Amino acid sequence: MTASPATARQEAAQHEAAQREAAQQQGARARILAALETVRDPELDEPVTSLGFVTSCTVSADGDAQVRLRLPTYFCAPNFAFLMVADAYDAVSVLEGVRSTEVVLEDHFASGSINGGVAARAGFVRAFDGEAVSELHGLRADFLRKAVMAGTDQVCRPLAGGGAPAAALAGLTLGMVPPSGALDRLRQRRAELGLPAGDDAPLLIDPLTGSPLRADEVPLHLRRAQTTRVSIEANAGICRGMLRHRYTTAGLGEEDSP
Amino acid sequence: MYQKDGEKYFIVDSHMHYWNAAPDNWVAGAEQYAKGWIECFHAYQGLGPPKTHWSIEHFQKYSEDDLMKDVFAEGHVDVAVFQPTYLKEWYREGFNTTERNALMGEKHPGKFIYNTRFDPRDGDEGLVTLRRNIERYGSRGVKLYTAEWNNGSRGYKLSDPAAYRYLEAAQNLGIKNIHVHKGPTIWPLDKDAFDVSDVDHAATDFPDLNFIVEHVGLPRIEDFCFMATQEPNVYAGLSVVIGGLMYARPKFFAKVMGELLFWVGEDKMTFGSDYGIWEPKWQIEGFVDWDYPGDEFSDYPRLGAAGKKKILGLNAAKLYDIEVPAEFQLDAGQGTPAERDDARLVEDDAQLASGA
Repeated sequence: MTASPATARQEAAQHEAAQREAAQQQGARARILAALETVRDPELDEPVTSLGFVTSCTVSADGDAQVRLRLPTYFCAPNFAFLMVADAYDAVSVLEGVRSTEVVLEDHFASGSINGGVAARAGFVRAFDGEAVSELHGLRADFLRKAVMAGTDQVCRPLAGGGAPAAALAGLTLGMVPPSGALDRLRQRRAELGLPAGDDAPLLIDPLTGSPLRADEVPLHLRRAQTTRVSIEANAGICRGMLRHRYTTAGLGEEDSP
Repeated sequence: MYQKDGEKYFIVDSHMHYWNAAPDNWVAGAEQYAKGWIECFHAYQGLGPPKTHWSIEHFQKYSEDDLMKDVFAEGHVDVAVFQPTYLKEWYREGFNTTERNALMGEKHPGKFIYNTRFDPRDGDEGLVTLRRNIERYGSRGVKLYTAEWNNGSRGYKLSDPAAYRYLEAAQNLGIKNIHVHKGPTIWPLDKDAFDVSDVDHAATDFPDLNFIVEHVGLPRIEDFCFMATQEPNVYAGLSVVIGGLMYARPKFFAKVMGELLFWVGEDKMTFGSDYGIWEPKWQIEGFVDWDYPGDEFSDYPRLGAAGKKKILGLNAAKLYDIEVPAEFQLDAGQGTPAERDDARLVEDDAQLASGA
């Protein structure tokens, strides 16, 4: 039996609508993933996407988004885990076309407290009743300062390799350094801490006070910056290895380290 | 002992375990933690060479024969230091207790050193147990796991008054070596559980004790280095550094070794296999063969055979007064194992002024 022309037209229209909807969902999902790329592991200073921490990301036709996150171990530190889940919630929930957001941390000893706390917008102290005395701003700032130190090594190493004596770097401003991705990242981290990040800001500053370094303080500062970078990169290497052992599938946007 | 290219190495494995993490030892109602803990350890093993990987069943509970073969018969180790971890909230008889270690070790005289442990939250009763363990097992060292859960508490700091009370008692009972292992939880949870500044305080206030920071403070290697360089009685325990990085991430391993040699120095680094996480054999053989992989590491201090001898055994032998036969000793001019004087204020270091 052949379909009537009216039925065929109806089917075609339905098909078109379904395709439009699928494309819209595809677009919404891409926007969510892009938003997740701005969410970093505070300890490793890398996006949760490239670290392989995003298990899945779905969005319904009505704009109900669900993001599932995973970590290298069952016992990863709950404070950093909470920050990642909360940051993912914040990044996704503000997107246009997202009506509701749910972020689920899987396979973690504190999944319940973290997922529930973030969903209720309760904050860390309420999510971990009696086990925490303050929110995580201080912890986040401490680790941003480490990121600034590591970023300082990334930016200064090529300059020193070019023959510039370490102490001479004390006279440079950010605007005098050749543009690079590492420099952009360093400026961004400094700005997040409220530290000077403009062209005329000194390249080398104390990440706690923001004051410029004296020439005689530069060698030790750069040495510490190098150690901080080595530490963070080695940790990221271990985390990637543990994650690969724990999960056989790649995360959304996962990349191996250079 | 291990011999290669005419050099003889006396091996002290200063950090290893004999655990039971099989389901028969899980606490009812806490199975998920017991399972999560051992699976996490098993993932660490995944960072070693594939041919050394074990099944999870074997990993949960290996036998006395397995240990004697892996560590001594095939693993080159001369003396091994048991480092207990109790975790009795999750494991009924404990994960690996002083008693369990000694029960096995006593069948193999001269092979093992029995460290014990304490938990400053255990009050007066814990002090009684500490005294009993030291007297019974001749312990010269304790292993402290600051992230251990205890009656609703998620951990402690070494600088807590209760911890000082225990450190003082331990010292009076003859303990010399404090092995510190940081973990992901402490109270309060909003602070960085891996922060090592509490070790800094304790090391300053107990100058006659040695503080061996296991896993070199990982994941806070930088904080550990900046602290250790200024404290003459702080040592770097290399467990996890060799096991977790040397095979899986050789470039990062070289950098971490370079940093440790720069800040801490070869006199104050001690090898530990962390067995059963990793077998000592491949770690020792690989470490003896190891050198920096290329020119980009030329700023870092070199590590020769004498330095490797110290790290693989002579430093720990000194800390534990283990007698080392003459054939394994260093020649004159090759330095003093476990030498405390290496610590200095880096601000005064001429090496830095040259921009190295």
